[in-house]
Amino acid sequence: MKRSWSMILVVAVPYLWLAAFFLVPFLIVLKISLSQTALAQPPYLPVLDLAAGWRGLRGFVTALSLEGYALLFSDPLYLFSYLKSLAIGAGATAILLLLGFPLAYALARTPQPAQGVLLVLVVLPFWTSFLIRIYAWMNILQRDGLLNGALQALGVVDAPIPWLATDAAVMIGLVYSYLPFMVLPLYASLQKMDTALLEAAADLGAPAWKTFWLVTVPLARPGIVAGSLLCFIPIVGEFVIPDLLGGSQSLMIGQTLWIEFFGNKDWPVASALAVALLAVLLVPIVLYQRQQMRALEGGR
Amino acid sequence: MQGRLTRVNLAALAIGLAFLYLPIAILVIYSFNDSRLVGVWGGWSLRWYRDLLGNQAMLDAAWASLRVAVLSASIATVLGTLAALALVRAGRFAGRTAFVAMIYAPLVMPEVITGLSLLLLFVAINIDRGFWTVVIAHATLTLCFVTVVVQARLLDFDRSLEEAATDLGCPPWRVFMTITLPLIAPAVVAAWMLAFTLSLDDLVIASFTSGPGATTLPIRIYSEVRLGVKPEINAVCTIMIAVVASVLIVASLLSKLTVASRTQRSA
Repeated sequence: MKRSWSMILVVAVPYLWLAAFFLVPFLIVLKISLSQTALAQPPYLPVLDLAAGWRGLRGFVTALSLEGYALLFSDPLYLFSYLKSLAIGAGATAILLLLGFPLAYALARTPQPAQGVLLVLVVLPFWTSFLIRIYAWMNILQRDGLLNGALQALGVVDAPIPWLATDAAVMIGLVYSYLPFMVLPLYASLQKMDTALLEAAADLGAPAWKTFWLVTVPLARPGIVAGSLLCFIPIVGEFVIPDLLGGSQSLMIGQTLWIEFFGNKDWPVASALAVALLAVLLVPIVLYQRQQMRALEGGR
Repeated sequence: MQGRLTRVNLAALAIGLAFLYLPIAILVIYSFNDSRLVGVWGGWSLRWYRDLLGNQAMLDAAWASLRVAVLSASIATVLGTLAALALVRAGRFAGRTAFVAMIYAPLVMPEVITGLSLLLLFVAINIDRGFWTVVIAHATLTLCFVTVVVQARLLDFDRSLEEAATDLGCPPWRVFMTITLPLIAPAVVAAWMLAFTLSLDDLVIASFTSGPGATTLPIRIYSEVRLGVKPEINAVCTIMIAVVASVLIVASLLSKLTVASRTQRSA
């Protein structure tokens, strides 16, 4: 196909926009993570002085330091924060998979037109604000909230349980917010499944659990992988949910970064935290990208 | 895959939907609670909605959020549609892998990283943070969602009409305006709405990129919610849910109408 001018523009405009507002900012984060904190505006040194030419550039490079990263490794607080985020991310993803799979499966089995209606119902909460959905749980989980009220009325507990500011509350909030992100990819791959395969397995005498494990799960694999990555990656860097529902004793990495930046005004350390977080998430992000690429090329 | 639902299937659907909707239903009901204590039901009342009308800071934040959402969604829809065309129609071009990576990475990138990096960009090029920096940040984030939605439509698309027009000597931009765009219009509208709600929803990126005088509604709500549950906030949230729900209903009715009129015309 001949490259027309219009096609070049179609590629160039979004390309340049993303390069300017997505790629370049990362390079800046990388640069500032190698800087030192300073009592100045902006609060870091060195500042690249392009007007000074080569001399300025050399001075700039020699002034870069690994101090921000050294701090990350010397203080166990940061390491603990990363480990906690990864653990919460893995735990929440596992629970999401366990809850999401039966829901997606039932959805895929529902006959039309009911299936379309149910699908809309599952996606609809995604359209209401994230913040609102977390706030809704604050209503339920607080000390004199509805959960404690119900438990006490049923006689399950005598005194109200402090649900808020616990990791359990964070888990509930995460699972609640990310459920549609898990259900949709699972539904997409289950819906394409041929029931004849299940019938064949049953006819040949396979017990239900074996059919599930040897037929359904392998066929749903793309959905399982996509849904898990789609949940795990953002959950590890989550800020709002642990901040509103979690306690202040042990922080997730998103909260630590937020506090370093807004509270301590330590931009180099906040940048180093961001770079390290990205490094931790690089493998799952690349996996996710490859999966999306395959879906894109396969769709033609 | 469709078939008879077992009892387990029905239970999964019922529990799943209850889990998704109960918290929102409780929030809405308690916004009409007359009592200031959230755990105590004091009878039906509209007092928190009345209080809201007098809360100028909240109204200003809502107005700022709406303007940011409309502007950023419009920019994102134009850029995202172009990006989808580039992915599906441009074939191989230099740097395509990097382009695809930049489209898909923001979908899963933790918001704290995106927010921090955009803020540092604005500081580095010496732009004062405010209304427009939030618009740019939201447009960048949401354009990727637009691309995914529009690209899906472009992939299952009969190109024979476009080819016929090109063979008859129609210039490319006119083919796009008169044939391609009307055919992908439902996806473009859906993508705009997705971008609009994502922008209206965002707290983290807006917190990093906004400045004085550009407080959006989520930033405002967040600063109040941190101090605990308040009935006024339940009222704000209920109004936001109502707005989003009515936009969705109107949009689905509109798309039904277009489909109906088109089938009528072709019949």
